[in-house]
Amino acid sequence: MNLQLKKIGHRYGATDVLQDIDLDIPAGKIVCIVGPSGCGKSTLLRLIGGLERPSTGQVVQIGDPPGDSLNPLTYVFQDFALLPWRSVEGNIRLVLEDHGITNRETEVIISDVLTRTKLTDFRQALPKQLSGGMKQRVAIARALAVKPAVMLMDEPLSALDSQTRELLMDDLVNLWTREAFTAVYVTHNLNEAVRLGHAVVVLSRRPGCIREVVDIDIPLAERTLGHPDLERQQQHLWNLMRDEAMAADQELVNA
Amino acid sequence: MPEISQENPPKTVLFRGGGFAPRPNRWAGAALFIALIALLEMGTRSGFITPLTLPRPSDVLSTFIDLWNSGLLWKHLVPSFSRLLIGATIGASFGIGIGILIGLFSLLRAGLVPLVAAIFPIPKIALLPLFVIWFGIDETSKYALIAFGTFTPTVVATYGAVDNVDRSLIRMGQSFSLSWFSIVRKIVLPGAMPGILSGLRISLAIAIILLVAAEMLGAEYGIGAYILEAGSLYNLERLFTGVAILSLLGLGMSAAIGLLEKWLLGWRT
Ligand SMILES: Nc1ncnc2c1ncn2[C@@H]1O[C@H](COP(=O)(O)OP(=O)(O)OP(=O)(O)O)[C@@H](O)[C@H]1O
Ligand SMILES: [Mg+2]
Repeated sequence: MNLQLKKIGHRYGATDVLQDIDLDIPAGKIVCIVGPSGCGKSTLLRLIGGLERPSTGQVVQIGDPPGDSLNPLTYVFQDFALLPWRSVEGNIRLVLEDHGITNRETEVIISDVLTRTKLTDFRQALPKQLSGGMKQRVAIARALAVKPAVMLMDEPLSALDSQTRELLMDDLVNLWTREAFTAVYVTHNLNEAVRLGHAVVVLSRRPGCIREVVDIDIPLAERTLGHPDLERQQQHLWNLMRDEAMAADQELVNA
Repeated sequence: MPEISQENPPKTVLFRGGGFAPRPNRWAGAALFIALIALLEMGTRSGFITPLTLPRPSDVLSTFIDLWNSGLLWKHLVPSFSRLLIGATIGASFGIGIGILIGLFSLLRAGLVPLVAAIFPIPKIALLPLFVIWFGIDETSKYALIAFGTFTPTVVATYGAVDNVDRSLIRMGQSFSLSWFSIVRKIVLPGAMPGILSGLRISLAIAIILLVAAEMLGAEYGIGAYILEAGSLYNLERLFTGVAILSLLGLGMSAAIGLLEKWLLGWRT
């Protein structure tokens, strides 16, 4: 299933947040969205997943999601959004409960996603017992459990320290290499963008519109830390963003 | 960097991070209790406190034991308990139910919040004659009074608790296409539970106050009736026995809610 954004624009009261966004999200690819603070990245993600209605334009779905997909458009949130009163297993069970699947199938799915995210030993743990990185793994496992057609990830690694982030990026690359998933990945970290994105969309400052789409052809598995091509791409992205970021910063001061 | 010398000796950095972190202390409460009672006992025995001002704690205890031995204790306690149980259960269930509805539906909120705010400060005891006319002089009017009194604080605590449920968790539920009912049952309700339980603490204390008030106005048996009788005879030992029973009742309730919190809210850090 592909997603296509057609002339998306969004407004909160009198402020234009997004303008004229045209974008394709092809199946099996990770599209990263970068842009200065407050340019509407999170808003765009909410529009894509149907948590909010765009003021103008529309998000269209081309083709049907795979038949076994329980929740085609699935989010991974920056703040994890785990229920503190449910164990790791219970948090994953939560999103399977409303779909009328048998206990056996539920068991199979839970064991599978816990193995894939290396969480099997933490099955009964409560969120308060887990580190940030572990919590985000649980959130990713929960997202994988509903077999999404597109994963919508809003700065999923921003709340983590840089070592944990590095580890989780490797995990995401492994997950993708074993079974390609489609994702829209919002981040303000250009390194994450060049490591994970097949395409990197650069948004301008508010009202956000697309400045450039940078395609990166290197296979994900070969994008090691300090890869020279990636460094170059990252530099290029930074050059694009620097002026926008500076202007956005000034704007916040003046406002 | 200055040299360490005779005039410049090394000093440990002062600790200034203490306090502001309540720690549980099992014994302080009991110790204060015992100390106060011992003080009263000594005061009354030495004659410093006259028997007309306060009864002797040991006399209160022996009155209590007499009450126990005569079997009258249960005769008073059982009806009181059942009034409290039935009234508070009705009031708290309606309160939690309506509070959740107010928390979930804007229209209900707009309509009911001012109404509840208008009812809340009315001393419910003042309405007892009205309840007697509506529900008769027997048990029903007592249930109604206690239920009404527990209802309002429970409503206010409950919708406040629902308002405080983490919106990002509700968003998460919606993003996984959970049904409305699932979101309420599995996210809103457990998320509001801490607030509901702390509201219940207050509501149940109010229920005890109203229980006594209702029983004072017309009941043959019950702690309230016992206290009223003691008061009219100016029998201070009995009066204080009744009051002590009420305090114990309150302590018991608070402990019960504490247990409930431990059981339901173990997930909190
Ligand atoms: N619900 C809302 N109501 C009104 N204004 C909003 C709302 N949500 C976001 N905004 C505004 O829209 C703009 C874009 O917000 P958004 O959260 O999408 O930015 P962002 O690119 O995700 O920023 P960040 O990098 O800080 O996460 C901001 O100026 C914000 O103040
Ligand atoms: Mg954001």
